[in-house]
This record gives sequence, C-alpha cells and structure tokens, in this order.
Amino acid sequence: MNDIIFLASAGEPVTRTPLYVLMVYMGLLLALGILSSRFFRGTSKDYFVASQSIGPFMLLMSVFGTTMTGFALVGSSGKAFSQGIGTYGLMASWSGLLHSAVFFAIGIKLWSFGKKYGYVTQIQFFRDRFDSKQLGYLLFPILVLLIIPYLLVGLISVMKVVQPITSGMFPDTFGLPDKVLPNGKSIPHPLSGGVPGWLSGLIVSTVVLFYVFFGGVRSAVWANTFQTVVFMITGVVAFYMIADKLGGVASAAEIVKNHAPDKLIREGSIGNWHFFSYLLIPLSVGMFPHLFQHWLTAKNAKSFRLTVIAHPICIAIVWVPCILIGIWAAGLYAAGDLRIPPLPGGGPNANAALATMVRSLVENPLLSGLLMSGILAAIMSSLDSQFVCLGTMFTNDVVVAAVGKEKYSDRQLIFLSRAFIVVIVLVSYFMALYLQGSSVFSLGVWCFSGFAALFPLVFAAVYWKRASLGGAVGCILATLVSWCYFFYQDIFLDAGAGHGEYLVQGVMPVTFVFLASAAGMILGSLLTAPPSKETIKKFFPTLS
Amino acid sequence: MIDSQSSSGSKLVWVFFLLLFFAHQDFWLWSDDSLVLGFLPMGLAYHALFSVACSGLWAFACFRSWPEKLEQWADEDGVSGENPSST
Repeated sequence: MNDIIFLASAGEPVTRTPLYVLMVYMGLLLALGILSSRFFRGTSKDYFVASQSIGPFMLLMSVFGTTMTGFALVGSSGKAFSQGIGTYGLMASWSGLLHSAVFFAIGIKLWSFGKKYGYVTQIQFFRDRFDSKQLGYLLFPILVLLIIPYLLVGLISVMKVVQPITSGMFPDTFGLPDKVLPNGKSIPHPLSGGVPGWLSGLIVSTVVLFYVFFGGVRSAVWANTFQTVVFMITGVVAFYMIADKLGGVASAAEIVKNHAPDKLIREGSIGNWHFFSYLLIPLSVGMFPHLFQHWLTAKNAKSFRLTVIAHPICIAIVWVPCILIGIWAAGLYAAGDLRIPPLPGGGPNANAALATMVRSLVENPLLSGLLMSGILAAIMSSLDSQFVCLGTMFTNDVVVAAVGKEKYSDRQLIFLSRAFIVVIVLVSYFMALYLQGSSVFSLGVWCFSGFAALFPLVFAAVYWKRASLGGAVGCILATLVSWCYFFYQDIFLDAGAGHGEYLVQGVMPVTFVFLASAAGMILGSLLTAPPSKETIKKFFPTLS
Repeated sequence: MIDSQSSSGSKLVWVFFLLLFFAHQDFWLWSDDSLVLGFLPMGLAYHALFSVACSGLWAFACFRSWPEKLEQWADEDGVSGENPSST
C-alpha cells in the first residue's frame, strides 16, 4: 500500500479548489436563509415554530439532520478507528430502535400538547404539567449547560475537519514548525498550511448565525433539509471514492484483517454490560429541547410517520460508511500507510481519522471540496437548530415568563432571542478553542448522558398521572448531582484513564445517573401532594 | 402503544420491540471476524440489518397502532397560539 498519497508536505502549496467549493456551498446556505426569510410572517410563533407548517419529508430531514452531528461523522469514524466495529452497535443500532420509539411514544404526545395548548418550548410544557413557574427557572440553566457540550461537539468537529483537509493550501500564512520524532528525525507537520481551527470555527458559526437570524426555525428546517441531503449523498460518494482508491471494499477490509484485526470484532474492546448500558444514551432525544422545537413545527401528527419509519435506515446510511472508513483508517495506520495528525501527547488524533482519509485518498479537488462541505453540512444542520432553540428558550422561558408577553413586541422578543444566541455562541466558541484536543465522541456521550438521565421527567410527565412537582424537582436535582459527580470523576480526575472509556462497575455512568433520576421522580412524587384534578384532566384527557 | 386503534396491534408492537431489544445483544457474534460479502465485518452487517428491522417494526407500529384519537383530540379547538404558562 505504499503508493497511497499521504498528506501534503509543509511548504508544498496545494490547490485551493476544495476551499472554493466550500465557499460556494456557504454562499448557497446564505442564499437559502435569505429565501426562507421571504416566507417569514413576522410573528414570534413563525420564528420559533414555523407556524406549524412543516410536512413529512422536511420533518424527517430536519429531525434526522439535527440528531446527526459531528458526533455521527467525526465521532463515529474516530471511535471506530480506536475501538472498531462495536461503535455501530453502541450508538447507531440502539438509536435506530430507541429514537423512533421516543418519537412515536413521546414525540407525538408532546406535539399534540403543543398544538392544543400553544407551547413553543418544552419548559412551557413542564411548567404547565407540574403547575409551577419556578420549575422552569430550575430547568432552564441545566438544559443550557447540557446544550453547550453539544455545541462544542459541532465546533470542535469543524476545527478537526477543515484543518487536515486544507493542509498545505496556505503554507506561508498558516505554516507550522516541523515535528521532531522520538528518534530525532524531523518530519513536516501534517497540519501545516491548513486553515486553523479558530478561523474555521469562526466562519461556520457566523454563517449559521446569519441564516438562522434571517428566518428562525424555518430557515433552520430548510437549511437542515438541504444539508441532510448533501451530507447523505456526499457520504456515500466519499465512501465509494475512498474504497476505490484502496482497491475496492474487499481490499480495504483485507488491510484491516491483516493489520488491525481487533477492529473487526468486539471481543476485548467492549464488554457485554458496557455494550448493553449504551441503550440509555439514545433516550436523550426525548429531552433535547431543539428536537422538541422541531416536533412542534410539524403540520400534523401524521407528518411524524415518515420520521419514525425512515430514521433507523437514515442512521444506517450515514453510520455504516463512517464505521468502515474508521476501521480502514485503523488498518492503514497500523500498516504504516497513513499518517494521522497527532495529539499533543503523541498518539494519533482519532477525531481527524475521517478528514485525513478524505484528504489523503480523494484526489479530485472538486470532490474533496464537496466532501468537506458534506461533513460540515452534517455539523451545521445540528448547530442551527441548537442556536434557534437557545434563543427560543431564553425568550419564552426566562424573559416572557418573568415579565409577561405584553411587555415586549414580537420584534423585541426576536431581538432578545438573537442576542442570547450570540452570547452562548461566543462562550462555546472560546471553549471549543480551549478543548480542541478533546474526544468528540466522549463529549457527545457526556452531553447525551445528561439529557438521557432527564428522560424519566418527560416519560413520567406524559404517562404517569401521579408524577408531581416534587417528583420533577427530585428527578432534576438527582440528575444534576449525580451527573456532575461522574463528569468530575471522568474529566477532572481522569478516572477512566487507560481503560478507553470511563465505566462504573463495568457499565456507562449514565446507568447510575438515570437510576438516580428515576428514583428522584418516583420517591419525590409519592412523598408529595399529587397534581391537581385540573392538571390531570388537561394532560390525560379521555379520548373517545 | 398509546391510544391505539388496535390493542392487538399494540401488543404485537411491544413483542417485536422486546425481541429486537434482546437481539441487539448479539453475544454470539462477539469474536466473529468473518466478512459478509467479502468486505462487511459480521458484527457490523448484523447491526446494519438490525437497523432495517427497526424500520420495519416502526412501519408496523405506524400502520397498526397509530394514536388516531390523540391526533383528533389535538386537532380539536384548543388554545393554540397562546402559551398558558406565560400569561
């Protein structure tokens, strides 16, 4: 395999065509934002939930595009690079079963309450269901704190993708010093001349902010639909191109079998209970505030059908090629035929596996640009929904809840929403710069763990009449305390060092956070007064 | 599952759901490194097929256990456009 073209050497200018393709793509997104703004009706309801006008196909594309982020492309291929094919079973197949289950059993119910009672955010629903305005003030900062790691996953993925693909394009402007190997030999830095993370993160954030500001959630839905189609098609094309360069899929698999056979199995890298406990992570979709907002955009309940049915297939279309590219990269790396940009500690940066494969093996610069656009499309299609959602929550759950709706005009509410988004994006941007070396997969898993642990809150709210305010508070506080404890152990004390992943008694920490949360809900509800009859009548109607 | 038109349909959905739930833990393929069609690792091929089966399950659920009554209830006149908690 010595004929593989590696990353360009420093000082050797390469064509900037891929970057021009990306710029054209960004331009298209901006144009789409402007176009969608022509349909903007000027009301806050239109800005926040697109006047509940979204049909089945766009709902599928926006929901799927939102759930597939840098985690799905960069994280999955990176995790497969380091842990093999089990990555698919950990996340993708559980998600196929459980995401759709949540859409079906929770999503349709929440959509119906949203339609009936005019909710725009999930906190409005919880406030009404548990008959407490204060509950919203408790939940709001927690949801925002959990969304920030999700934003970081997106921004870090952008930084990790653009720099390897553009390496060598700007040797004078973004040159990096040569790397000195342990044997004293110097080699060109594999990222030298590439667009640095601070710039790619800044450009992507600005573009997404721009089109989101133009038309609110409608812009996000339109852009998501466009971007989801783009990243699904380019993903398949990338897979084909890479496989072709490796001599076909069978030849690529042979490389893995010969040089990294452990990536073809789960034995030795993932334990039985570890594998099983990942089932809790996909439940996070039940508590994603941005997904709740997308559900509310549906024109009618039947719009959900396509999403519920096609979601598992869409996941497979994206994840199977990514996992294969990840293990192929591991095989090439083990064979000494692929150079992955290193982490500060010296080991290969698994996050860069996908970008390195694209950069090294897709020789057509036009296609390389399209593929880079496709990867960024997946990332941006989540960032936009999260941006809109943050603004929506701040405006409706804090400002309007505190001072009333009459105090501000629709225009002022939209302005406040935009201002809050900018603040959070700036915070996330600087955090992403600081945490660039973090594992995208781990960050994503911690974020999803927090939302998943709150799942008992939404499940009990719609299925358990006895669920009370005491239970809701118990659930939220138990989640907060236990999540912070395990997060601290993993991130600050590095309790999982040397084991690949931080496990507690052989299972994911989310297991214990989830159990604490469920216990908080059950005990809190049973030990405090039940909800009023009016509340039960409102949320558990007799359907005839 | 919820407010179903057909309780037998709902029960079947649950049965299939549980079957898939346990089928996910494919311990019998744990160390099988054979390649399906010459390129797809066995464990990955199994789970890709699992995703297709999930799609089938939810198609069945949508057509046999759709919450029709809930949908009708939501479509009746409500207070859409007003958020009760903010007023």
